[in-house]
Amino acid sequence: MSEKAFLHLKDIVKKFGNFTALDGVDLGIHKGEFFTIVGPSGSGKSTLIRLLVGMDDVTTGEIHLNGKRIDQTPANLRPTCMVFQSLALFPHMSVGQNIEFPLKLRKESPAARRTRALELLDLLRLPQEYYDKRISQCSGGEKQRVALARALAFNPEILFFDEPLSALDYRLRKTLEKELKDLHARTGKTFVYITHSLEEAMVMSDRIAIMKDGCIEQVAVADEIYGKPVSRFVAEFMGEVNLFPISADAKGTLLSDFLLVKNCLEVNVVPPNAQGLLMVRPEYVRFVNDGESYDFNLSGQIHGEYALGSRIQYEIETTAGIITVEKLREDRLNASNGDAVTVGFNSNCTHFICDAI
Amino acid sequence: MNALDRKLGFLSSLPLTILLLISFLAPMAVVALFSVMPAKVFSLANAPDFSSYSVFLSQGYYKSLLWSLGMALASTCILLLLCWPLAYGMAKVFGRFTLVITIAVVMSLFVSENIRLFGWVLTLMKGGLIEGHWRAFTGNGFDSPLYGVGIIVFGLVYVYLPFMLFPLAQGIAMVPDDTRQAAYDLGATRWQVLWQIEIPLAAPGIVVGSLLSFVLAAGALAESKILGGQAVIAFADDIETAFTFGQNWPLGSALSIIMIAIIGGLALFGVSKVDLDAIMGRKR
Repeated sequence: MSEKAFLHLKDIVKKFGNFTALDGVDLGIHKGEFFTIVGPSGSGKSTLIRLLVGMDDVTTGEIHLNGKRIDQTPANLRPTCMVFQSLALFPHMSVGQNIEFPLKLRKESPAARRTRALELLDLLRLPQEYYDKRISQCSGGEKQRVALARALAFNPEILFFDEPLSALDYRLRKTLEKELKDLHARTGKTFVYITHSLEEAMVMSDRIAIMKDGCIEQVAVADEIYGKPVSRFVAEFMGEVNLFPISADAKGTLLSDFLLVKNCLEVNVVPPNAQGLLMVRPEYVRFVNDGESYDFNLSGQIHGEYALGSRIQYEIETTAGIITVEKLREDRLNASNGDAVTVGFNSNCTHFICDAI
Repeated sequence: MNALDRKLGFLSSLPLTILLLISFLAPMAVVALFSVMPAKVFSLANAPDFSSYSVFLSQGYYKSLLWSLGMALASTCILLLLCWPLAYGMAKVFGRFTLVITIAVVMSLFVSENIRLFGWVLTLMKGGLIEGHWRAFTGNGFDSPLYGVGIIVFGLVYVYLPFMLFPLAQGIAMVPDDTRQAAYDLGATRWQVLWQIEIPLAAPGIVVGSLLSFVLAAGALAESKILGGQAVIAFADDIETAFTFGQNWPLGSALSIIMIAIIGGLALFGVSKVDLDAIMGRKR
């Protein structure tokens, strides 16, 4: 944990009665970063964000923002702001009044407030006529932008997002994900985003933290989380994956016999005396044609074929269990269920997870 | 299909609508007509004059009207301040304990208003429950708070509390928790959240509760008769006296029409300002 972190969480514990929602969270978020915290429901991510904005108190631990300790500061005095899952727009105010709300609290002049509100409407690509619109007249995506404009009007040092896109339909969500990333680049603000959706996290974030049972499992850039997960949980959370329980002897030679390892595999796939899981993502598994050879080979039958839009997913029943293979639609296999196939993958596409089998 | 539904709905509601119109509007029409009859007649077959309305001004009936409206206003304001925290607790904080409060408040409605007011008289009168015990133990008595304006307002507050409490709790329940949190997060203080978020969003409940308790208190006479010992005369008391003791139906009618006009106007104004559908649960 670097001391330079802009937002620094030190050993945060949050208990509700006997239930420990957060169990020692350490995290450093850099200035100007788009940081996403991903986890299934119940992982404690919403509790964490409520602590960060000040809607709940930490049980133990410290939160430092820009070198200043803020965990004892009430929410209305913290230089942070949150976009709620429900957006929490004020239904009795117009779009303009909503955006100006934080400015009005600071007693800025009506003219200055209006200028800033119109600037923010422009920034979020909403027409200026929306200034006088009622909130109930706005569509879902427009409300989203109004909520963002209101949060930006507050001019926070960090902007928090509590799954604001989860209630929207797929297409609008995809559009807004990209807009949000774009907005992050244009404003240069620090964004901390919470979601249960891996895709949302991958599209937008600079770095991702994965949470499980009140703890941070892994913090890394998206590629690393996807390609080099530290645990079975992270591997499975980040999409389809094939995991093989393996062990190795003192020289690092694989002892598992179900993988038809190519003769004289000299590559250091696993550390000596390793016990754990060998991971390979479905898109790296190939169907073996005659004359081709891979580091690892398995034979079995096609068990199922599923169309995933741009890709086709196959399930292959082998002695090592069901293996998932993904192909681009153009590389679709000319085969049907029950056909015998051999699949293979190379060791440079694998990742060893030192985790409980 | 929709048009047919609407037509059938209209037709099937017609008998009851006519019955309600006759039973509500006919007495009002009779009262309105009597109010423009000469004094002390018992027939509508007279040339209209407005003498009863001039009596309202010349014989000081406006004073009791002002007293009634003033005490109603005072009790409504007190109720609003008193019920806001309680209603807030019922809507947002107490959880299951809300049911206990609801039952306790509703139970009080099971006993007639007059009997409950006499209960207060026995409690507060000189030699009553409080003063009597106090004197027995300390030897010093004190004056009864009964028979004054203050105790009448107290009676109004006591009797009409449920009519403020429940609409107010309903109104506060309509304020989404996250709008309050969002306002706080955006830098608002507790007071700013109250004035700029909670009160505007709970406005339907505030208006309905205030109208109910104001209208009922303005037309109340038992509190001034029983607790107040007629220290001040309620306007409703004047109306009753005109019809019964005074045997002056045109005067009673004129006073009634004045009361109906003021309260009806106020109610229409209040209702026009808020979204009643919201509190009736027809939206959201």
